[in-house]
Amino acid sequence: MIEINGLTKDYGTLRAVDNLNLKIGDGEIFGLLGPNGAGKTTTVRMLTMLTRPTAGEAYIAGYEVRRDLARVRHAIGVVPQHMNLDQELTARENLELHGRLYKMPAAERRRRIEELLAFAELADRAGELVSRFSGGMKRRLMIARALMHMPQVLFLDEPTVGLDPQTRRRMWDLVRRMNRERVTVLLTTHYIEEAEALCHRVGIMDRGRLIALDTPAMLKEQVGRFVVEGFDGAGATYAFFGTREEAVGYAGTLRESVTIREATLEDVFVKLTGRKVRD
Amino acid sequence: MLDFYTVFWREMLSFRRTFWKFTATRLISPFLYLVAFGWGLGRNITVNGGSYLDFVVPGIIALSAMTVSFNAVGVSLNMSRLYHKTLEEYLLAPVSSLSFVLGKVLAGTVRGLAAALIILVLGFLFGARPAAGSGFFAVILLTCLLFAALGVVAAMTVPSHEDMANFSTFIILPMAFLCGTFFRAENLPRAVADLIYCLPLTHTSYALRALAAGKGLPPVSFIVLTGYAAACLAAAVWTVRRVR
Repeated sequence: MIEINGLTKDYGTLRAVDNLNLKIGDGEIFGLLGPNGAGKTTTVRMLTMLTRPTAGEAYIAGYEVRRDLARVRHAIGVVPQHMNLDQELTARENLELHGRLYKMPAAERRRRIEELLAFAELADRAGELVSRFSGGMKRRLMIARALMHMPQVLFLDEPTVGLDPQTRRRMWDLVRRMNRERVTVLLTTHYIEEAEALCHRVGIMDRGRLIALDTPAMLKEQVGRFVVEGFDGAGATYAFFGTREEAVGYAGTLRESVTIREATLEDVFVKLTGRKVRD
Repeated sequence: MLDFYTVFWREMLSFRRTFWKFTATRLISPFLYLVAFGWGLGRNITVNGGSYLDFVVPGIIALSAMTVSFNAVGVSLNMSRLYHKTLEEYLLAPVSSLSFVLGKVLAGTVRGLAAALIILVLGFLFGARPAAGSGFFAVILLTCLLFAALGVVAAMTVPSHEDMANFSTFIILPMAFLCGTFFRAENLPRAVADLIYCLPLTHTSYALRALAAGKGLPPVSFIVLTGYAAACLAAAVWTVRRVR
């Protein structure tokens, strides 16, 4: 569904995305994980034609993003990181505008609007101005809007940043529900839990490069399923082990207080980069 | 091509919603101009044998048509590009740059025309009786198109919101005062008068004043305005296309 070959973006002397190669299958929920500034948003912006790549090419639903602009526009839905709904319009009008911009016939537009308002659980607030909505409602409406023209691929850039835990879980349900209707999802996140909970496969980005690519389970398997976390006076130390016994054995050799736990994607990131995700 | 209607439709949706606020706001400054220059300063002045009020009303219409259509498009588009980011919705959509510009410019024109009408009514209450025929409105329309398109150019090129205000201060404000709106620019030193004669708003003022006095539409002014409008529209489409 998405194929990226050697995609690169330079901003002056800074290489934001460095020779990215990636294939994402039909119906997959794929997560790009990495700290702020790793190049996730730039990647999404290139795939959605909001930023021009310096080199490389990308295919979405078989169309090259720069050559087949018009077809790609119809094939993708985009939910950016920042709120970009039209605040002067109501929820329904925002969807209506999107449908008109994508040249949907009036009858189909009306049907789809009702369907999506129900999907985003906003039917009872449809006639209200968006400026009065809470953060979670705005996010849900942005997803509904991006789905309006029935795209095959949906891009979600940091879909739950700044949301409270309940709202975040509701967003996850929304993403799973639309994925069940065969929408391929590419999301970026710097929340480890989000990638673990939601994504079939995860690509970890750091400083513009893709440094790991697999299912969350396999990634954790690779670094070692058990972690011994200690403290050496300057900061946390991590040691990874394939079995619980090895981990316990190692923990016994340490003098300081230690924690033994199962690995998370965060550990994968730490192991691969030597830094924490939020650095 | 018909996509421009979608862009226009959205603008009218918000215009309808803010119509009374818009009307009230657009009443204030022309009202102050009419009081200050029509009643106050101009009470005993005659220009070209007529009252100063009859002289100044076409000028105020010209300057309002300019500022309202420029700001209606420029400020909101600049906000939408840099602050609200709502421009992305249009940049991502399968809508041509030309349609986008046409929709925005027509919406700005509607607001500019509405502002001009408000001043006509206000001027009438003050006792001005301009002959406002179809030529008169055609000139207003052309002026609105021109400055709405200039608003697109400014909004798409200027790097920050402050620079949008600067653009207004350096380009729009001087024209509002100098282009034959409140006084005859011919009386100024030759070089200055010639410079002012090259500016589009001067021709709006001249044309509106001639038409208001029952004379014909000055062909030179009409040609200059059409030329400026075409150039601004072309520039607007080019700036939008470049951003995509």
